Amino acid sequence: MKETISVNLSARFLRVWERNLVVYRQNWKISFVPPLLEPFFYLVAFGVGLSALVGNVSYRGSEISYMLFIAPALLAINIMNNAFFENTYASFVRMYYQKTFDAMMATPLSLEEIITGEIMWGATKSVIATAIMLAVISLFGLIRYPEGLLIIPLSLLGGIAFGSIGMIFTAIVANIELFNLPVFLFITPMFLFSGTFFPVENLPGWAQNIAILLPLTHMVNLTRSLSLGIVDRSLLPGFFYFVVSCIVFFPIAIHKMHRRLIK
Amino acid sequence: MKVARKNSPEQSSAAPIVEAVALRKEFGELVAVNNISFSVSHGECFGFLGPNGAGKTSTIRMIYGLSPMTGGNLYVFGLDITQNARTIKSRLGVCHQDNNLDPDLTVRQNLEIFSRYFDMPLGVAQSQAASLLKFMALEHKSDARVMELSGGMMRRLVLARSLLNSPELLILDEPTTGLDPQSRHQVWERLAELKARGLSILISTHNMDEAARLCDRLIIMDHGGILVEGRPFDLIREHVGHDIIEVLEPPPGLRQFVRLRNLEHEDLGHRLIISTEDGNALFREISSEYCKEGCIMRMATLEDVFLKLTGRELRE
Repeated sequence: MKETISVNLSARFLRVWERNLVVYRQNWKISFVPPLLEPFFYLVAFGVGLSALVGNVSYRGSEISYMLFIAPALLAINIMNNAFFENTYASFVRMYYQKTFDAMMATPLSLEEIITGEIMWGATKSVIATAIMLAVISLFGLIRYPEGLLIIPLSLLGGIAFGSIGMIFTAIVANIELFNLPVFLFITPMFLFSGTFFPVENLPGWAQNIAILLPLTHMVNLTRSLSLGIVDRSLLPGFFYFVVSCIVFFPIAIHKMHRRLIK
Repeated sequence: MKVARKNSPEQSSAAPIVEAVALRKEFGELVAVNNISFSVSHGECFGFLGPNGAGKTSTIRMIYGLSPMTGGNLYVFGLDITQNARTIKSRLGVCHQDNNLDPDLTVRQNLEIFSRYFDMPLGVAQSQAASLLKFMALEHKSDARVMELSGGMMRRLVLARSLLNSPELLILDEPTTGLDPQSRHQVWERLAELKARGLSILISTHNMDEAARLCDRLIIMDHGGILVEGRPFDLIREHVGHDIIEVLEPPPGLRQFVRLRNLEHEDLGHRLIISTEDGNALFREISSEYCKEGCIMRMATLEDVFLKLTGRELRE
């Protein structure tokens, strides 16, 4: 039963996206709280509390304050978390417990459109949270404009990549508890070791080699450069890393979902 | 048997609304549906009966395009399902076995958002939702969450949802399972009304009363195949007869009597079930001779046909 993916994919995926938006808008005030407060907490705890101990950090040959160093990492983590958690736990609940996908599949919507709508929604959540967080961090004067605005389209690209990875796990886990594995083996190590709170260069050589493979390392590099107003060719490898991730992981997510749901 | 058919979208109303030819479904080693053929005509209510695992749900899932078939041909509205799944699904209403209403939305939103999956314009979606809420007597619950509804209300909402796109064929997978009698009758009433309006209906059920009440024609399936096909009344006459006499704790003399008279019967040990064309005289004879109590006569039902054909062993 080999089927081509492109055939069944139309703009109708926006209907699935729209459904999630309607639900989101019902409790947007609560959804807005984490991206509003999270940067405050981190910047106060790490930036104010810890920076006295840490002092300045060297990044790309220049000394920058610790606040300036971690603020863009918070944006990168936020891009990862919003899409990844939306397309794992939240998508799994809709698929498995609420049978929302089953109901949709009895309409003209195709499985490809349902999964695309879900992943695009996950990416949209990354974009919304990024915009809010960017505004908060800007209050601390930690973002250079206009270059910093490029973080918003970047959050869409990153959201699609992280969401697709999440959706692959959603397609293969037997139950919701199993998400603990990718969270603790993949998301948490990235959160700590991707050049987020200290430079990757501080890691031993072998660990640096691993870190350079991880998506969050590239996302942190991109958001940090853009926040500092650096837009040059050094951004291209990171950008291509995410384009390639989308091209690879998105079709895998759809393929795995096909295997799970079409019987 | 017609095998080759053209895929012209405009078929006359005389053409079958669903036609399956040697339809087959395998799950690995398991043959869930074993080369079955049937056809459903326009305006007909057609039933699928069978024990658990008989292949009813597998068949129905192939008809609404959810499950790819392993073999055979399947045409809905004269269109080949393997080529036109999206078009066919846009003209179908499906009422699932599981409750898959959207718990994140209100009752009204469940209908409005679902209409959008059919690409209905917002205005049409809203008016369609309003009129279906009225038809299903759910208007007073428009703004309630799905979780606040009773089982019967949820079922009616699922039914309302399956009618949003004004389908030409309604597919119901065990529509009243788990409902209390009041709710069940309310669903039946609505279905009878829809049927009277000329809607073609396909229904799978365990409830024999439901099948006898609603279906013009039905098939009884077991082990992936069709055992019988026909009108409920004809099936009862043909396979069981008119009357049933049931005797609790039958005395040995009665067993001998039944054998001598060559009566069609089933001996369950503590209970003897005799089927006959004219039960009155026989019942008088049996009740006066062999049992003073624990002896009843009743009309034969579809359930008798079902149990006779599929046996009494548990299917688990």
